Amino acid sequence: MSIPLSLTVNGQAVTTTVDARTLLVDLLRTGLALTGTHVGCDTAQCGACTVLVDGRAVKSCNVLAAQVAGAKVQTIEGLAAEDGTLHPMQAAFRECHGLQCGFCTPGMVMSALDLVARHPGADEAKIREELEGNLCRCTGYQNIVKAVRLGAAEMAK
Amino acid sequence: MGANETGPIGQAVRRREDARFLTGTGQYTDDVTMPRQTCAYFLRSPHAHANIRSIDTKAAKAAPGVVAIYVGADLTGVNGLPCGWLITGTDGKPMNEPPHPVLAQGKVRHVGDPVAVVVAESLLEAKDAAEMIAVDYEVLPAVVSGVDALKPGAPQIHEQAPGNKCYTWALGDKAAVDAAFATAHHVSKVDIVNNRLVPNAIEPRAAVASYNRAEQSYTLYVASQNPHVERLLMTAFVLGLPETKVRVIAPDVGGGFGSKIYLYAEETALVWASKHVNRPIRWAADRSEAFISDAHGRDHVTHAEMAVDKDGRFLAMRVTTTANLGAYLSTFASCIPTILYATLLAGQYTTPAIYCEVTAAFTNTVPVDAYRGAGRPEATYVVERVVHQVGVDLGIAQDEIRRRNFIRAFPYATPVALTYDTGNYDQTLDEAMRMADVAHFTSRKAEAARRGKLRGLGYSSYIEACGLAPSNIAGALGARAGLYEAGEVRVNPTGGVTVFTGSHSHGQGHETTFAQIVADKLGIDMANVEIVHGDTGRIPFGMGTYGSRSLAVGGTAIVKAIDKVVAKGKKIAAHLLEAAETDIEFKDGKFTVAGTDRSKAFGEVALAAYVPHIYPLDKLEPGLNETAFYDPTNFTYPAGTHICEVEIDPDTGVTEVVNFVACDDFGNIINPMIVEGQVHGGLAQGLGQALLENCVYDAKTGQLLSGSFMDYAMPRADDLPTFKVSTKVTPCTHNPLGAKGCGEAGAIGAPAAMMNAVHDALLGVGVKDIQMPASPHRVWQAIQSAKAGA
Ligand code: FES
Ligand code: FES
Repeated sequence: MSIPLSLTVNGQAVTTTVDARTLLVDLLRTGLALTGTHVGCDTAQCGACTVLVDGRAVKSCNVLAAQVAGAKVQTIEGLAAEDGTLHPMQAAFRECHGLQCGFCTPGMVMSALDLVARHPGADEAKIREELEGNLCRCTGYQNIVKAVRLGAAEMAK
Repeated sequence: MGANETGPIGQAVRRREDARFLTGTGQYTDDVTMPRQTCAYFLRSPHAHANIRSIDTKAAKAAPGVVAIYVGADLTGVNGLPCGWLITGTDGKPMNEPPHPVLAQGKVRHVGDPVAVVVAESLLEAKDAAEMIAVDYEVLPAVVSGVDALKPGAPQIHEQAPGNKCYTWALGDKAAVDAAFATAHHVSKVDIVNNRLVPNAIEPRAAVASYNRAEQSYTLYVASQNPHVERLLMTAFVLGLPETKVRVIAPDVGGGFGSKIYLYAEETALVWASKHVNRPIRWAADRSEAFISDAHGRDHVTHAEMAVDKDGRFLAMRVTTTANLGAYLSTFASCIPTILYATLLAGQYTTPAIYCEVTAAFTNTVPVDAYRGAGRPEATYVVERVVHQVGVDLGIAQDEIRRRNFIRAFPYATPVALTYDTGNYDQTLDEAMRMADVAHFTSRKAEAARRGKLRGLGYSSYIEACGLAPSNIAGALGARAGLYEAGEVRVNPTGGVTVFTGSHSHGQGHETTFAQIVADKLGIDMANVEIVHGDTGRIPFGMGTYGSRSLAVGGTAIVKAIDKVVAKGKKIAAHLLEAAETDIEFKDGKFTVAGTDRSKAFGEVALAAYVPHIYPLDKLEPGLNETAFYDPTNFTYPAGTHICEVEIDPDTGVTEVVNFVACDDFGNIINPMIVEGQVHGGLAQGLGQALLENCVYDAKTGQLLSGSFMDYAMPRADDLPTFKVSTKVTPCTHNPLGAKGCGEAGAIGAPAAMMNAVHDALLGVGVKDIQMPASPHRVWQAIQSAKAGA
């Protein structure tokens, strides 16, 4: 069953039709060719697919596209400025070597933004607790935690 | 070491690849789309062991969107997947090498064994059609543990492997070991299970295969650590195609840890099928599929004994291991529990005699192959657990028992076939102890005891052999491949440099590290250096990335190619400067006539090579493009000491890693930031093994019980401590970079450090033996049993 759908993705209005079974992540990756959002599991555990829906971190593999009708969706592609300047959180990940293979990274960065919005002054323990829903197999998390702290500090400036 | 004292070598240069990864513009295999593409879905065995009576695909073939369905019988002319290392057993016979079909041929041998591939217009249609395939299985009894598989009466998995045995193999002087044990003052013993792990790179395996009918050629995008090896094995051994007709591209790859080294059934079936359907075919594993089809790691059961004199000097070690290889021989499975394991059993110690016997068994489980460390974590775990036990048995402090036995004179020939070129084990132990504040451990333990908690301290002084090693020696040991690396340095007419490396980066940051080397050696700006990897269509050849070899072997190949560029550049500069070639020096990006200020910049020489108007055309070819193949003369030997401090709550069994320090010697370091990141990642996997991860099969049905991230405990951010890491340097003596490799050290050292700490903590409550992972349940149970037994 196809259903019409309107939403905003990275500030752009999108009007499309989707199969009722279509997941948000598939709409983003296949329908809109926004392949920065990744799929790392099938049990909503890894967080590689995390995007912001109306400012809140959401695992896009676990939401139907139809559920986000009318919402504002933000993906990793929509973070940097027009001229390519990285968002402070992106820049902090680079500065702190908070990524290796880069596969978990988009989800980590999006989760970090939600985390900072809710806990602007989060300490290390809080950051580790909050990142519980995002798996990284490469970094051991230490530099991710460092990056989130730096990103938060830069965003507060 | 660099040509340039203040050059980029040794600097924490921020990574250039991050720009695309951080903006969502990386290109992983599953991001590749092609016109007219189709989707593949693999129907897999739900049984651990069964005969296939029949497969009926009729209804499925008629389902909406289905393009084609293939089963084993359709793959005529397709051979099985090969194994890259021949092990010769103690009986002098080659290992048993049963066929490893791309799609099941009459029998399935593990849950997840591929039975059919459905190609359809969409993935949903492929999945729907797969459900309509009727497979009539005759379910057979299954066996999942290596030890059980070798028992008489166990279900027989392959006709070609009687008793489920692949081989029994041994290394070392048995008579010398027996003699030493006969007269030893004391023998310490440990029984060890090295738990089976699932690599779980966060990017699942994926492939996109396409066929060009006009050219009769194939292109395969695949999440692989070594595209050339993938191509060689697939074309020459399985599909019988000319290498020239297959291009393999491993684009951005989201982690590997060994699991993406191998030639798998899925991409092989895709390449074959892409010709038959004459359309591109894409496939990406979902995580559930990855758990039952990616090669697993470890799975050893070992008994180890160390004979010592009254002062704790090691006299001899005896090790017996059963290795579970899973249902089939994966690409390098056979050499992991042998060549990469037993050769490391000397560790950092002067143990004069060592004997190790390994029996490898087939079971009804996913094939087991190299996983970060590959044999060396298993060896380190054996050595460091038994050394810990010697310390406990003789009442000698853990640092002291190690010091009494350290190797201090190099080169050192071990009794297990390796020659360590260099090292300084006291230095890394001293520094690790300082970082761990061992001096105040007793008071921390007492303080914890007042809170009802048990504290323990564990050491692991590991060694690894990396940068695998002369091809001729490996060949003599059974390797069916070479172990060199290739690098091409193409100087462009305007002086920019494109480097083609046979190494592959799937998180290691080659595009940055290798550019640092090239910029440093040529005295040019890093921005003028481009690193290309992962494409058989662009790179001369390559063995890929595994075994911490990229820098030591791949980096050296680049250095050798640079040397050739500089040598040719000197000839060109001599001509331009009207000087003798022997008078030309190359430094800081300039060719200079020695003792004068007359020079030509690197870019000027490059231009002259491509616009050879003033050029010695009678003596020299134009162009500036050099390739080198580097075959190492020895392994490299990274080593270090890791110290772990744990606190255990005896009421709940919860183990907390309160402190973890690592002091490692990786030789010279090109980018310390990247090295630190590699160590962190390795430690997380090592502690994951010791604290959390365990791959569990149901012993009766052979079903994988830990088949998702809900059941298999991956380390999460709040499971791990903040690691303290540092490095010491003894440069490798036999490669020009002096580099040893750093990718696996964390995974090699950490499990023993942590489990020794757990044993130390539990010693006071009478627990003698506990296996990985030290989950709350296990720890609590061990404490209860010890209490009951006391
Ligand atoms: S892909 Fe969404 S949580 Fe793993
Ligand atoms: S950087 Fe590879 S999974 Fe996180």
